[in-house]
Amino acid sequence: MALFRFGRSQDDSEKEIPRTESTSPESDQASRPGFLARLRSGLERTRQVLVTDVRDLFKREGRLVDDGFLEELRRVLVQSDIGPSATDAILADIAVRYRARVVEVETVLDSIRSGLLERLRFKQATLTLATSGPTVILVTGVNGSGKTTSIAKLARFLSRDGKRVVLGAGDTFRAAAVEQLALWAERLGVEIVRGEMGCDPASVAHRAVAVAIAGNFDICIIDTAGRLQTQANLMQELSKIRRVVTKQLPEAPHEVLLVLDATAGQNALSQARGFQEAAGCTGIVLAKLDGSARGGVIVPVTEQFHLPVKFVGLGEGADDLEPFDPERFVAVLFETT
Amino acid sequence: MFDSIQASLSHALTALRGRGKLTESNMREGLEGVRKAMLEADVAYDVVGEFIERVSVDALGAKVLESLDPAQQVVGIVHRELVGLMGPVDHSLHLEQGRTTILMLCGLQGSGKTTSCAKLAKKIKEQGRGVMMVAADLQRPAAIEQLVILGRQIDVAVYTPDGERDPVAVCKAGVAKAKAEGISVVLLDTAGRLAIDQELMAELSRIDKTVGPDQVYLVVDAMTGQDAVRSAKAFHDALELDGIVMTKLDGDARGGAALSVKSVTGVPIKFIGTGEQVDALEDFHPDRMAGRILGMGDVLTLVEEAQKKFDQDEMQKQEERLRAGEFTLEDFKAMLLQTRRLGPLGKVLGMIPGMGGMKDMLAGADLDNDMNRLFGIINAMTPQERRNPTNIIDQSRRRRIATGAGVALNEVGDLVKQFDGMSAMMKGMAGLGLRDRMKEMQRIQGELTNPTGRLAKAKGDTGKRLTADQRRNQKKQRDKEDRRRRRDSRGS
Ligand SMILES: Nc1nc2c(ncn2[C@@H]2O[C@H](COP(=O)(O)OP(=O)(O)OP(=O)(O)O)[C@@H](O)[C@H]2O)c(=O)[nH]1
Ligand SMILES: Nc1nc2c(ncn2[C@@H]2O[C@H](COP(=O)(O)OP(=O)(O)OP(=O)(O)O)[C@@H](O)[C@H]2O)c(=O)[nH]1
Ligand SMILES: [Mg+2]
Ligand SMILES: [Mg+2]
Repeated sequence: MALFRFGRSQDDSEKEIPRTESTSPESDQASRPGFLARLRSGLERTRQVLVTDVRDLFKREGRLVDDGFLEELRRVLVQSDIGPSATDAILADIAVRYRARVVEVETVLDSIRSGLLERLRFKQATLTLATSGPTVILVTGVNGSGKTTSIAKLARFLSRDGKRVVLGAGDTFRAAAVEQLALWAERLGVEIVRGEMGCDPASVAHRAVAVAIAGNFDICIIDTAGRLQTQANLMQELSKIRRVVTKQLPEAPHEVLLVLDATAGQNALSQARGFQEAAGCTGIVLAKLDGSARGGVIVPVTEQFHLPVKFVGLGEGADDLEPFDPERFVAVLFETT
Repeated sequence: MFDSIQASLSHALTALRGRGKLTESNMREGLEGVRKAMLEADVAYDVVGEFIERVSVDALGAKVLESLDPAQQVVGIVHRELVGLMGPVDHSLHLEQGRTTILMLCGLQGSGKTTSCAKLAKKIKEQGRGVMMVAADLQRPAAIEQLVILGRQIDVAVYTPDGERDPVAVCKAGVAKAKAEGISVVLLDTAGRLAIDQELMAELSRIDKTVGPDQVYLVVDAMTGQDAVRSAKAFHDALELDGIVMTKLDGDARGGAALSVKSVTGVPIKFIGTGEQVDALEDFHPDRMAGRILGMGDVLTLVEEAQKKFDQDEMQKQEERLRAGEFTLEDFKAMLLQTRRLGPLGKVLGMIPGMGGMKDMLAGADLDNDMNRLFGIINAMTPQERRNPTNIIDQSRRRRIATGAGVALNEVGDLVKQFDGMSAMMKGMAGLGLRDRMKEMQRIQGELTNPTGRLAKAKGDTGKRLTADQRRNQKKQRDKEDRRRRRDSRGS
């Protein structure tokens, strides 16, 4: 299904989300103490392990780049989950440039960083908003990846921007999924449209969008039940939700976010493929980046599926969401001081 | 589950096999393929290294190169090492007699603790013991409600916080209540936490110290990457785990984490989660898993599942008809329907020996959809045609059936042809038990490489000749089936 919409022009019908003071990462450091600090502490562990690992390879002043060194570097790269092909390519690049030379740690780190950045290719990816009428955001992903929590975070993020948000409780399957989202809605003071347990999720999505239109809401975020990309019938269900929404608003859903768990390994590639085919994803939310997992798998995912990471999740609270910035991500990841 | 390792390993080992004579260098090359496959399967880097090292030492030491079938021997060694790495396993929950056994579940956020808690409770309850679950996740919104709903579904009591504000206190109170009521087993569902969250890890230790669980299980998501070893090790350090439950193995996760977690912590994997439903919990079997990895198919699991789910009466009936040499399309359909009851066709195929490759071939094809087409064709036949398709169905009948089923003409012909092969095969199996029948299928599948040949055909080459109307009808039918299936597979 060619629903995948990456690369469509940012024409007049849609505009970039306006970056207000409070949401711009630049002003963040000043106004909301902490973006960098939080991302840092979130990545602290990651960075430590990774950087320590790389630094460990440099016990002496510099190191001779030989097979032994490359193999040690391979271990570090593989352990970041960036996958075999990115690992091979980065190593090949380092080998071509520096083999048989003695190099400094910074030189190697620079090479790795730029190799990763090239693969992440997208600069800052922002949310696509409708020019008029509500913006519909469909949130998808495998079981337990962090969809519902990310929706709460997005709702907070957007309402901080003064947007009026309504949530659609489209997970009508998992026990207490509706209650979970409803509790978030209550805490955040946003509207929610709920359906009966077991009812057709597309009908809930439909009602949520209808409410968004009728009530002049700016944003409608639809939750979906977790599903594995191999479950053909459930993936079709997702396509159907998408179709139903498009029928109501031809440009909707404006965003279809795939929530990936930062602990995920190479299966995330299969997830991206499956969800992109069924739901036409427009971006990724990388949840649980506050753990010890590096989330490196977004490198091959972005590269292969042209899916930009739009946000990262850095905790279980509603405020623990930040826009993704590849430069910063890579810089913090490999920070050497 | 381990299909992708299986595919890659099979490929690498086929390459080994194909060369006739094995040299040290081409063995290393073959093992390099194994190494790559394992890394792509998310097996921890160090675990892979050790594994390959051991295998190559063994293979060289065993004078494999001089043996008659060296590749076969290497396969044997890889298999043995894999089993060794993932075993031994102990499926016992070590339930005590005469006192309340306390089981505690812990793990990262969203790994499947609450669901697995309900699955285990159900399993224990089915053994005839009294069970209670304790909702000790005070962190995540509606976590308590989730466990309460699951408890209702499986008819198991749930202790919910009664004024306690601290998970340690909740666990303590829940356990006390279970003990007071003489309940045999109490399960603690704890909140998800990061292995690096020292505060929350300390909280787990406090629960551990306060209530003294008999068994502590770590719930691990099968899709986890390299982090699996780090977090498993941290939980193990904090709590001394007794077992692992690996969830979400019903997808296409390569499940390398199973190998890593076991080898790094030494803690046995006890159970695997294979679905969201409360009965989707299976015993973990390293030998079967290793067998799957090496493309040998998981016959035993299939047999077990089949025995649980196959309608015994229906089986008996089929058995008699087979014996009498009366296998018809009607029976064929009944068999397919039974097979479907085992789960998604892809999963079932993966478990049949030798079919692993076929499953790959079918990747992307919508098996269940294709199955519906087969049913559609059979349904469009008269009873007579179903009984004796080969002799009765001529060109004009074929056309009528095709129109009725909304399929292309040649699909009907294909089905009849396949039925011929199928019925010969089935007659050969008459009288065999299920297990032998599986074995027989393995034997036969060499000859009949394509037992459900229509299914294996590239998608799309049959659909072209349909009119728009036919396609619409077909779609309607499919949608109807989808709805039905969704009800079936997700209904309570
Ligand atoms: N540490 C951390 N935990 C998170 C993050 N995002 C979500 N979680 C936790 O992960 C668990 C699962 O999150 P949910 O939002 O329920 O995940 P989901 O994808 O909606 O799950 P299903 O609907 O069951 O498929 C919860 O315990 C969340 O609190 C994050 O960024 N960091
Ligand atoms: N496909 C599949 N889904 C599963 C399996 N086990 C659990 N799930 C799903 O995974 C998601 C998370 O499961 P939970 O049981 O809520 O996970 P948890 O570890 O209790 O999550 P937190 O309490 O938030 O940390 C839910 O959508 C479950 O239905 C499994 O074996 N297969
Ligand atoms: Mg959810
Ligand atoms: Mg839970």
